[in-house]
Amino acid sequence: MGRQTWGEGVHVGATTPSGGRLAATFARARAEDRAALVIYLCAGDPSLADTPRLVRAAAEAGADIVELGMPFSDPTADGPAIQRASERALSAGATLPGVLGALRELRAGGCDVRVVRFGYYIPILAYGEAELARDAAAAGVDGLLVVDLPPEEAAPLREPATAAGLDLVPLVAPTTGIERARAVAAEATGFVYAVSMTGVTGSAAGDLAEAGARASELAEASGRPVAVGFGVKTPEDAAAVAAQADGVVVGSALVRRVEAAGADVDAAEASVRELVGALSKACQRPATP
Amino acid sequence: MESPLTLPPGFDRGTGRFGAYGGRFVAETLVPALEALEGAFAAAWSDPAYRAELDALLDTYVGRATPLYEAKRLSAAVGCHVWLKREDLAHTGAHKVNNTLGQVLLARRMGKRRVIAETGAGQHGVATATACALLGLDCVVFMGAEDVARQAPNVARMELLGARVEPVESGARTLKDAMNEALRDWVTHVESTYYCVGSAAGPHPYPWIVRELQAVIGRESRAQMLAQAGRLPDAVVACVGGGSNAIGIFAGFLDDASVRLVGVEAAGEGLDTPRHAAPLTAGRVGVLHGAKSYLLQTGDGQISEAHSVSAGLDYPGVGPEHAHLKDSGRARYVAVSDDAALDAFQELCRLEGILPALETAHAFADLRRLAAELGRDAHVLVCSSGRGDKDLDNVRAQLARRAQA
Repeated sequence: MGRQTWGEGVHVGATTPSGGRLAATFARARAEDRAALVIYLCAGDPSLADTPRLVRAAAEAGADIVELGMPFSDPTADGPAIQRASERALSAGATLPGVLGALRELRAGGCDVRVVRFGYYIPILAYGEAELARDAAAAGVDGLLVVDLPPEEAAPLREPATAAGLDLVPLVAPTTGIERARAVAAEATGFVYAVSMTGVTGSAAGDLAEAGARASELAEASGRPVAVGFGVKTPEDAAAVAAQADGVVVGSALVRRVEAAGADVDAAEASVRELVGALSKACQRPATP
Repeated sequence: MESPLTLPPGFDRGTGRFGAYGGRFVAETLVPALEALEGAFAAAWSDPAYRAELDALLDTYVGRATPLYEAKRLSAAVGCHVWLKREDLAHTGAHKVNNTLGQVLLARRMGKRRVIAETGAGQHGVATATACALLGLDCVVFMGAEDVARQAPNVARMELLGARVEPVESGARTLKDAMNEALRDWVTHVESTYYCVGSAAGPHPYPWIVRELQAVIGRESRAQMLAQAGRLPDAVVACVGGGSNAIGIFAGFLDDASVRLVGVEAAGEGLDTPRHAAPLTAGRVGVLHGAKSYLLQTGDGQISEAHSVSAGLDYPGVGPEHAHLKDSGRARYVAVSDDAALDAFQELCRLEGILPALETAHAFADLRRLAAELGRDAHVLVCSSGRGDKDLDNVRAQLARRAQA
């Protein structure tokens, strides 16, 4: 094998654990012997006006962290459910400034749930990295997760994000080697998102118990909380992950519920509330006798 | 024993960048696979055995070297000496096979049994299916449903070659959407599957791999110009979609400061309309399909739909080396309209008996402007990147539309 230089760009920076709100949320869940529940909703689906209400419902039903997806025209890491949600949101006029506006409205209404702005890189580039970090922090974002921005490319965003007090949440995948996973985790401030299997969002689940166990090992080695997502759909799936992992991420299953409700936002809200409630219960680890 | 690699000017293997462009903007799942691919390509490209096997196939199977042809009737019509590098005479009818043979050989060397590809006009899909048939690997080609309908003969060819064609129904159902779906397939089957990217675009190392595999066009044509014309050309012109044929022919002349390099993008229905495919001429810097480059986007950073009469240029992005050559001023990029390309298509048929691909016709459509700029004694080398049989139905429909307008 030839000389490889690209991987050397992984730069292990500050290793001090974040005192941020995301880390504190995981610490609290751990103290309560449960996994933190992280849920994903696509901002602007069915419309930006409905987004604060759906996020609030999820928070009230027990979501600890909401990943608020910024819709993108070409979501290559996402499966059909989130692709369709993105298309609906963009058709309904969602923009990055609009998403930040919805978030300000959520905060003005007193909802304090942790929010990670989830999405792809190019809308951030178009907005400006420094401007986005500043405005997202001001709107009440706690962290950023950029699917197509691996650590080697992340420096231009990491610096302004850190300066604005935002956590940059990295991903590790089943294909990520141990050394790389540890380097990536060591650099994380809020938490690490561990992808459960090779695939896109909303795929059929792999072995979730094993994914949870791998996440637990990484958390132990790195001292960072690790949440597991991709393929987690049901409370049973969530319980399998929660047995060992610090956090459970559910996305497409909720997005499908919003989709099924169509224009009936009351029904969407009730359906989100119901599933999040059940997932939240499933994140509580059974008391050991 | 490895021989040292000669890297393209301005290219940094460590960051995967040509100047400020390129890189690797992909989901984490793919990062290790791209690192492995980078190492495997570097090793293969330095390995005389791999190079000998590829060269033998290019020689006896593709029919290289492709000829350099002096187009005298076209020269008289446009007002300068015009030379054609006849990639349209390569097996499968376009330059695409130079790349797919190299990559599918690499896939086999890496122990992959399944190859996937995206295709727009179908030429890269056919070239990938051809290489997979030759080397005995499974092949799946993602193709926008719109293009499946527009390019039915190429769909039939791919199926006869043993490939499975997967119509893609998302987005505008064209090349960009086919590439999205190929990336989704790759992220799902990354352990078993080799992704054969067709253009000099995508995440590092693809722009590097594809330009090295297509650079044979430039190497051959530089030697042929010296042998047949006794001089270097004053300008080299090629069409640019993702940019693989252009980067291949430019590669032979980058160090020749006297040779102007001209890339011709698709202006579609006009650069003053949203219906074009000219990111270098009229786009802004962003990230698409894993690389930073110029692309067509909204003010809000959403990807815009491209439009061109030719399916192969119907793509909102462009390879990062072209972005670098634009910024450095080493190459210049212009755009010609659907109508101008159709005119050039007909002119080449009538004057030279050569039926070019509609993509290729864009390069010919810039010749009069170049001749006016460079003068009657100038020698201009055109990359005749593909043949146009696949475009006959489309061209006839377009001409009928124009006759009625």
